[in-house]
Amino acid sequence: MSNDVHSTAQSSTSMEGFRTWFMDKLFMGMSVSEYSRSLVTPLNILAVMILAVSAPVFMMRYVNGLSTVIHATNEYPWGLLLSWGIFAGEPLFASGFVVAAAYYIFGIKSYRPLVRLAVLGGMLGYAFAGAYLFIDLGRPWRIYFPMVINIGPSSILFIVAWHVVMYLNVQLMEFSPVILEWLGSKRLHKWAVSVTVALIIGGVILSTVHQSALGAMYLLTPGKLHPLWYSSHLPILFFSSAIYAAMSFALLLAFVAVRYFKDKCGDEFISSTPFLTLSLGKGAALSMYVYFALKLLALAQDARWGLLFTPYGYWYLVELLGFVVIPMILFTIGVRSKNISTIRFSALFAVAGILLNRVNVNLIAFNWNMPDHLHHIIPPWTETVMIMAMITLHILVFRWILNRFPVMRELPEYKGAH
Amino acid sequence: MFRVKKGLDKEDHKQDAGKKPNASSTGLSRRKFLSLSMLAGCAAIGLPANTHAAPEFKGWPGSYGMLTDLTACVGCRSCEKACNMANNMPSPERSFDDGSVFNENRWPSAKALTVVNRYNNPGESSSPVYRKIQCNHCLEPACATACPIHAYTKTAEGAVTYNPDLCFGCRYCVIACPFHMPAYDYESAFEPKIIKCFFCYERIKEGKLTACADACPAGALTFGRRKDILKLARKRINDKPLKYIDHIYGENEVGGTSWLYLSSVPFEQLGFPTNLPSKPLIELSRGYLSSVPVIFTTFPAIFGMVYALTKHRDKEEKEGLNQQKEVDNE
Repeated sequence: MSNDVHSTAQSSTSMEGFRTWFMDKLFMGMSVSEYSRSLVTPLNILAVMILAVSAPVFMMRYVNGLSTVIHATNEYPWGLLLSWGIFAGEPLFASGFVVAAAYYIFGIKSYRPLVRLAVLGGMLGYAFAGAYLFIDLGRPWRIYFPMVINIGPSSILFIVAWHVVMYLNVQLMEFSPVILEWLGSKRLHKWAVSVTVALIIGGVILSTVHQSALGAMYLLTPGKLHPLWYSSHLPILFFSSAIYAAMSFALLLAFVAVRYFKDKCGDEFISSTPFLTLSLGKGAALSMYVYFALKLLALAQDARWGLLFTPYGYWYLVELLGFVVIPMILFTIGVRSKNISTIRFSALFAVAGILLNRVNVNLIAFNWNMPDHLHHIIPPWTETVMIMAMITLHILVFRWILNRFPVMRELPEYKGAH
Repeated sequence: MFRVKKGLDKEDHKQDAGKKPNASSTGLSRRKFLSLSMLAGCAAIGLPANTHAAPEFKGWPGSYGMLTDLTACVGCRSCEKACNMANNMPSPERSFDDGSVFNENRWPSAKALTVVNRYNNPGESSSPVYRKIQCNHCLEPACATACPIHAYTKTAEGAVTYNPDLCFGCRYCVIACPFHMPAYDYESAFEPKIIKCFFCYERIKEGKLTACADACPAGALTFGRRKDILKLARKRINDKPLKYIDHIYGENEVGGTSWLYLSSVPFEQLGFPTNLPSKPLIELSRGYLSSVPVIFTTFPAIFGMVYALTKHRDKEEKEGLNQQKEVDNE
């Protein structure tokens, strides 16, 4: 009898323990009512409004079909949703592999405070890329088909699919020490840290192939993509632009973290941010010079100079001079004068250039010889709402993680473990 | 001489069918073959000799084709009607006798596998040119190259077929097709699929004509073995060099297509893409595909070496510091 009482008491304390642990982890130490009150902010209300408007749109997509929500035509099977969600997003999400390789492989110790944030940015981005596919695929419930049902290895998309899936897993494993620290599992943590270097090298390979494969997909379209954008160099152009996109994204992430999540940042993170911004800015400037040189090489090799003096040529120059050369020069000025805000502005500018380039390849220069093709590429409001909802969700999930997980700081008991 | 269109006798067909490579029946196409060999890397042992001997694919021997003579087409749309019925498609908004459809530029879609368009004839404005449009059944189809699930097959008969049970709806085939042919059924929520001409695959396997060729009253469509109708096309140009422009569209475009076209008006004026390479589009991505194994094999070595160097440097630095300390202590 007394034994029974004893065990009940014990289980109730362990229940209580679990409850506090759970509350501590999820509600950041607040009580339920405190936590719910903390959620009522103008930005959250805006987010809820966007999500509320998007809910019926998503429902329409799954109940009534793609044609009811996206501008899906046989001329433009891939609309703005994919241009934004996959083609423009993924170069930014190379941040994980670029920063992790700099720290773990090249041994640039000063990058340490930023590694976890950059890996998180990459991992989450890839997860959301998958989510975009769940919207856009005709039969998303077959998303695993290229992996297990039937393989089409001559397809570049097959390569993309495999690499995205493998890389998402690798990034999850790269990030797992953070999750394990949050959960307090020391043994698994030790194991997860021990395989880091192998994972990082794997990540570099997967990311290299997959970023270039996104460009290589368009190698099949010489008759459809405008000759100024079509080039046998598309794979290397996509890859090299992903490098500076990733560096720009990483330094912007650091800025957002210090600006809006300062209480979640460790001293080391805050104090190293100016230096890291400068260092990443330098890297981004250099890789932009490389990208620019490759763009010129592509033009020269295919002898496409004459096309520059056509309407599409002017648009090409807007992209190349306005959104590559100008941010490249701004980066250079920012780095030389050690002006952090100039570097941040250039990073934003460079990211806009990536978006423009991918939208050009996907939509504006695609099917360029089709009569009045430009009216095809304006998305209906439903597609725009879905994109906005995805961005909102992306930010919310990012914020949720940054508020809870030891991303920009080190827990004292795991100091120096990574 | 040309046993084509209705003259195609069944005996001949059967005989040839017996000689046909059995690859399609086992489901192993050359494309899959190449792909697998790419995956296997150097595992070349066991490949049939012709894979080594002939890296270029000139199409299945004895495969079928169709010659569309645009100078003969009268725009009666019998082919559209026959196609609609043979494929159990929904009845169209405007009947097949309605000539008003020619006022717009139509295109094959999820609702019609083939359409006939009218184009101005710059030489003779009183007699416009009609063009029948459908999948051209490339000898090495870009749609099949693009498909990550291998849902497309170029059959030995010449038809490019598609298995909707495999397709997950990425629509990369629609991006890749140089002729804008595959149409996606965006309106279906639960069973969307690619819809395009399948060359009446079931009918031609039975030795029948395609529905459109069977219905054409004007002799604009000639069904036969591709090598035969190619000769026929060449002969027509030679016989009437003033009537035809000297170009068989589809002979070499993207490596050749099973459907061939003859015209009296330059093809670019009839909406045919004339900026296509003469090699199969898969050739354009092959170099990239073969670079992937290179990355997989060299990167671990390169980055592993860099990592080892970094570690070595760290170790030396640490040892240097320790020695420094020892010296200081003494």
